[in-house]
Amino acid sequence: MKIAVCVKQVPDSWAEKKMVNGLLDREGVDAVLNDLDEYAVEEALRIVEAHGGNGEGGAHTITLISMGPARTTDAVRKGLSMGADSAIIITDDALVGSDAIGTSKVLAGVIADQKFDLVLCGTESTDARMSVVPAMLAQRLGWAQLTFAGSVSVTPETSSVTITRETEAGIDTMKAQFPCVISVIEKINEPRYPSFKGIMAAKKKPMEVHSLSAIGLEAQSAWSAVVDATPRPAKAAGIKVVDEGAGGEALLNFLAEKKFI
Amino acid sequence: MSQVFILAEFSGDAPAKTVAELATAGAKAGSVTAVVLAAPGKGAALAGLITSGPIAEVVVIESDAFVKYSVPAAADAIAQLISARKADAFLVASSAYGKEVAARVAVQVESGLITDAVDVGADLTATQLVFGGSTTVHSRVSHGCAVITVRPNSVTPDLAASSPTITNATFDISASAQLAEVLSSAPFVKGGRPELTEAQIIVSGGRGTNGDFAVVEAFADSLGAAVGASRAATDAGWYPHSHQVGQTGKTVSPQLYVACGISGAIQHRAGMQTSKLIVAVNKDPDAPIFEIADFGVVGDLFAVLPKATEGVQARKS
Ligand SMILES: Cc1cc2nc3c(=O)[nH]c(=O)nc-3n(C[C@H](O)[C@H](O)[C@H](O)COP(=O)(O)OP(=O)(O)OC[C@H]3O[C@@H](n4cnc5c(N)ncnc54)[C@H](O)[C@@H]3O)c2cc1C
Ligand SMILES: Nc1ncnc2c1ncn2[C@@H]1O[C@H](COP(=O)(O)O)[C@@H](O)[C@H]1O
Repeated sequence: MKIAVCVKQVPDSWAEKKMVNGLLDREGVDAVLNDLDEYAVEEALRIVEAHGGNGEGGAHTITLISMGPARTTDAVRKGLSMGADSAIIITDDALVGSDAIGTSKVLAGVIADQKFDLVLCGTESTDARMSVVPAMLAQRLGWAQLTFAGSVSVTPETSSVTITRETEAGIDTMKAQFPCVISVIEKINEPRYPSFKGIMAAKKKPMEVHSLSAIGLEAQSAWSAVVDATPRPAKAAGIKVVDEGAGGEALLNFLAEKKFI
Repeated sequence: MSQVFILAEFSGDAPAKTVAELATAGAKAGSVTAVVLAAPGKGAALAGLITSGPIAEVVVIESDAFVKYSVPAAADAIAQLISARKADAFLVASSAYGKEVAARVAVQVESGLITDAVDVGADLTATQLVFGGSTTVHSRVSHGCAVITVRPNSVTPDLAASSPTITNATFDISASAQLAEVLSSAPFVKGGRPELTEAQIIVSGGRGTNGDFAVVEAFADSLGAAVGASRAATDAGWYPHSHQVGQTGKTVSPQLYVACGISGAIQHRAGMQTSKLIVAVNKDPDAPIFEIADFGVVGDLFAVLPKATEGVQARKS
C-alpha cells in the first residue's frame, strides 16, 4: 500500500494566539505538528504494521505531505521520527494567507501526481479549526470520502476499507474501495512517542521541499478574507467564594440574580 | 435583494432548531429558500413541517442517496441547485455533517467558505469568535456564492409563522459521490435532557466527579439543563463521548455553563469559552477554570451541588 498522511504545522495550541493584519501571527509562537495529525500518522503506521510494515523490509510506504512555511520541516520531522518514510513539503511565499480552498487545491495537486491508495488526515487543524480540508480533498480528487473515523479496518487484498464514522449525530459504518481519503478522530488510537532510534533515523529520511512552480501549480488568492479582528475586552475578574458551608447558597443567589431561577 | 439558501435539517419529526436560526440570519441579507433533502416519497411531509421562521420558499429534493451516500450526495444536490438558481449565499449549521457538505459545495461551485460563524450580517459579512473566543473576527467571502456554516444556538431565531411556497427539484448524482457507502447508521438517541448544542444551560462534570455524575445530573435537571463532560470523564467511560465538550468534542455557547470538577485545560476551554456566563465549582483555588469564570465556588462539588439543587427546587415550588 502507498499511504499519504497530510500533516500541518501549527502554532503550539498552548500558546497565546493573536492576529496581525488579518492573519494569524505564526512568527511569535512555537510551531509544532498539529496534534490531531499525530493520530493520522499513528493510524497509518498501525495499518501498515498489520500487513507487513513499512521501511526496510516492508512492502508499504508512508509519505507525509504538508503545505506551510519553511520551518514546517521541524514539525514534519516528528512524523518521520514516529515512523513515516518520507515527506513532501510545499512552501512558497505565494501561499501565505491561503484559505482551506487554496490549501486543498495544493494538497490535491501533490496527491494526484502519485498513485496513493489511501490519504489520511486529522479531523481538524488546531489553528484553523475548520474540519473541511479532508472533504475538500475527496471532492477534488474524486475519491471516496471516509471521514471522522473512530476506527479503520483495511483489507489490502481486496483494496477495501471500512470505518465507523463518529460525529455528534451518531455512529455510521461506511465502506469503500481504494483510493480513499480518511480522516481520523482523536479517540482512534494513542500516538506513539518517537523512540531515540526513530529520531536518529528521521534525520536521514528523504524530505523534498518544493515551490509551487516546481510542482506545476499556481497560487490562487484566498476566496474569503478577514475584514477586521478585534481582541475582545478581557473579562472582568469574576467573583470567587470559598465554600465554608454556604457555597451552595451563594451559587444559588448568583443564579437567581442572573435570572436563571 | 440577495437569494439565500439554507439547508433544513430535521431531528426526528420536527425541523431542527437550526432551521429558524439559519433563516433568521439569512433573512437579514435577502429572501430565504430552505432546502429539504428527503427520502423518496417523504419530502412533502417534511416540507409541511416548516411553518415558522422567515422562509419564503422550500425546495424539496428526494433521493435514496442522501441516506446511502450522505455528505457527498447532499453536496451534489445543493451545489447544482444553488448554481442553477444563482444563489448569493448558502448557510448550513456547523456540525461535522454541515461543515463537510459546505466544504464540498464550496469546491464545486468555486466559492469561498467561512465556518463557525456566530452571526451573518445584511451584507453577508460573517462574525466569528476565534482563539477560544478571545478575538472577534469579521470576514467575507470574496469569490462566488458565500458558503457559511453557522454555529447552532448563536442566532436568536425569529419564530413568526410562515407559509413558504413549496417547489420540487431533482439532481444528478456524480459517480464520485457514490464511492463510499453507509452500511448502517446509529443516530445518538436523545435522552430526556436538551441537546448540548441547543441548550440554554449546560452543567458539565470532569475528573472531579470521580465517576459519579448523579450530583451533576441532578443539578442539571433542576435547571432544565443539558449535561456535558470533560475528556477526562468521557475517556474514563463515566459519561458518553457524545457529551464531551471541547476542542475534540462539541463547541457550545449557552447562556450559562457550569463546570464542576473541571480544571479548565485549554482544549476544554476551546469548546465552551464563548458561553455567556461561566460558573465553576472546583476544590482547587488555583484551577485555571477560575480565570474565565464569572462566578466560582472553591469547594467540594459533592457538598456544593446537592445544596444548590435543593435550593433551586425549593425556589421553584
Ligand atoms: C488532542 C487533545 C484533544 C483534547 N480535547 C479535549 C476536549 O475536547 N475536551 C476536553 O475536556 N478535554 C480535551 N483534552 C484533554 C484536556 O487537555 C484535559 O486533559 C481535560 O480537559 C481534563 O479534564 P478535567 O478538567 O475533567 O480533569 P483534570 O484536569 O484532572 O481536572 C479535574 C479537576 O477537578 C477538581 N476536583 C477534584 N475533585 C473535586 C471535588 N470533589 N470537588 C470539586 N472539584 C474537584 C480538581 O481540583 C481539578 O481541577 C484534549 C487533549 C488533547 C491532547
Ligand atoms: N497546510 C496543510 N498541510 C497539510 N495538511 C493539512 C493542511 N491543512 C489541513 N491539513 C489536513 O487537513 C486536516 C483538517 O484541517 P482543517 O480543515 O484546516 O481543520 C488536518 O488535520 C490535516 O490532516
